[in-house]
Amino acid sequence: MSSALRDLPRRQFDSLVIGAGGGGLRAALQLAQADAKVAVVSKVFPTRSHTVAAQGGINAALANVLPDNWHWHMYDTIKGSDYLGDQDAIEYMCRAASKLVIELEHAGVPFSRLDNGKIYQRPFGGQSQNFGGEQAARTCAAADRTGHVILHTLYQQNIRAKTHFFDEYFAIDLIRDDNGFILGALVLEIETGEPLLIEAKTTLLATGGAGQLFRTNTNAHINTGDGLAMALRAGIPLQDMEFFQFHPTGIAGRGMLITEGARGEGGYLINKDGERFMERYAPHAKDLASRDVVSRAIFTEVKEGRGCGPNADHVMLKLDHLGKEVLEKRLPGICETSRTFLHIEPSEEPIPVYPTAHYTMGGIPTNRHGQVVVPVEQGEECIPGLYAAGECACVSVHGANRLGGNSLLDIVVFGRAAGNDIIKFLKENRYHRKIDEASVQAALDHLHRWDQKGEGESVAEIRADLKAVMEEYCGVFRTEEILQQGVEKVLEIEQRMKNVRLQDHSKIFNTARIEALEVENLLDIAVATVTSALARQESRGAHSRIDYPDRNDQQWLKHSLFFKEGRRLDYKPVTLQPLSVDTFPPKARVY
Amino acid sequence: MNSTTTFKPAQTELSPEQELARLRWQCRRGMLELDMFLESFLEKSFLQLTATEKTAFYTLLNYPDQFLLEYLMGRSVPLDKDVAHVAKKIQAAAGP
Repeated sequence: MSSALRDLPRRQFDSLVIGAGGGGLRAALQLAQADAKVAVVSKVFPTRSHTVAAQGGINAALANVLPDNWHWHMYDTIKGSDYLGDQDAIEYMCRAASKLVIELEHAGVPFSRLDNGKIYQRPFGGQSQNFGGEQAARTCAAADRTGHVILHTLYQQNIRAKTHFFDEYFAIDLIRDDNGFILGALVLEIETGEPLLIEAKTTLLATGGAGQLFRTNTNAHINTGDGLAMALRAGIPLQDMEFFQFHPTGIAGRGMLITEGARGEGGYLINKDGERFMERYAPHAKDLASRDVVSRAIFTEVKEGRGCGPNADHVMLKLDHLGKEVLEKRLPGICETSRTFLHIEPSEEPIPVYPTAHYTMGGIPTNRHGQVVVPVEQGEECIPGLYAAGECACVSVHGANRLGGNSLLDIVVFGRAAGNDIIKFLKENRYHRKIDEASVQAALDHLHRWDQKGEGESVAEIRADLKAVMEEYCGVFRTEEILQQGVEKVLEIEQRMKNVRLQDHSKIFNTARIEALEVENLLDIAVATVTSALARQESRGAHSRIDYPDRNDQQWLKHSLFFKEGRRLDYKPVTLQPLSVDTFPPKARVY
Repeated sequence: MNSTTTFKPAQTELSPEQELARLRWQCRRGMLELDMFLESFLEKSFLQLTATEKTAFYTLLNYPDQFLLEYLMGRSVPLDKDVAHVAKKIQAAAGP
């Protein structure tokens, strides 16, 4: 036994939750209220989790504004997922939505109100009445800060329920024994730089998405997909990683979203010659063509040398012709963002834009109880003691494309579901299993790899190259040739990673070490994403292949599963059978 | 909703370098916009701040993310004039 292993401090809990966004906190609350001893590990202070950025709202068929029911919501979600979503999980989510929104209200979430006192609901894209009919109004909102109030409410309720928080601890690796049980995780206290073993009968991964995979993205810097990579390293596959939601117009080089409303109001895109290039790609819809068409057109303009700026790496969104008054009135958010981050007045100058990565549809495969599942010869089986919820999980309710308002719902519904299943597991597994010391040693070795001294490449270089490669070779423009190059380039970076060295080996708040661990995680996820994207020879939802422009249900109505070992891909069928209603068979997705 | 503190106090005495590293981590927030505002300001301007401004910067970091965003985007102004002054500085430094 090494001295590091012998001296390692250890704590025991019934349940460990890694990640303190809405999914993790909803699960932790369920557990703490059931008197489980629960620990939440978060690399930042919990109320700084990315859930705060969800401004839109949370879907539930409350029918407060327009007629609605959960079955219509279910249909919209399945259609939105381009039929890749699992219909049992989608039914479960849509049926639970109303109850859980009201539960949130009772917990203290101050939803906006209608004049009659009921919860306000706004219409969002992809929502319909009566299975594809008139627009529905399904999104419950607390002004433009729904995620913020949900997160703060859940945090405060957890404090009341005596959940134990490990704030500013970074999770390194899961601990697993030879029988396949997950026994907790090795974590690192960021302040002291000291590792800590948290032993737990169950572990829930709720670490959020991996938007930082791409150079231009809308995600907070913390979104490095840590839980996804931890699962991969523990031998668990990642599901449907080729499906990443992009928006066509983010601020170039920065990533912040410029709403589609800008083009809806009459704004249009131009290249370096001042040409309104969307006329060539979509003669009728022009700048209002669908997201993937606009994104690919921007990519093509840049690729073919018609990009703007000193590096010719973006295009421009022209709004000045709309006039200051119209812009101030209809697009105040865009005016504010441009002025603040670009020092550009949109009524006088165009805004530099480029497609921006937004949401990770794929993730750790789970069933609707939040249990992590892996394929076996006949069907699949649960990893005992391991759960996942939220953006890091793939239930799969979003399938190939997520609808607005469904991500906050996902975290609340499946955070709670995981909590409930963990309670059952704890009743059946009352004692801690013996810790597998070899697994702990492997996690320590992983951490101590960053103690290696000497000359080498920097983490910053690797990160910048990885994000640029993912954007260029696994972004919105995908062909066999481009993705093949993407795989090769990501694997080259993986080789270079071995020669990366830290120059700072201090312990206290060594953020360089944390960033190195994050980049390692991103690299593992990048390999999964680009490999899965190369293999899927069809276009479905957010995965759009130029060389395979159509959806191919015959061959590809199935989930991909990427295993780190041997970079192996496997597939499993989509669950088309809901729990209590008839299936929605795949149809063309037309809006 | 703004009653929750979001600041984890240091448990040990830190050197100035360690304190800066700690602040760097405090600037990691739940929104990209805040990361952009705070991380670049910390690297470029924090060391040049006066003692009063530094105190105000700590106060700002203690606000929940949505309130911080409101202040830094200039949608509302903090009541404390020192904090308002630093918020303006951060906003002005956020450009290209």
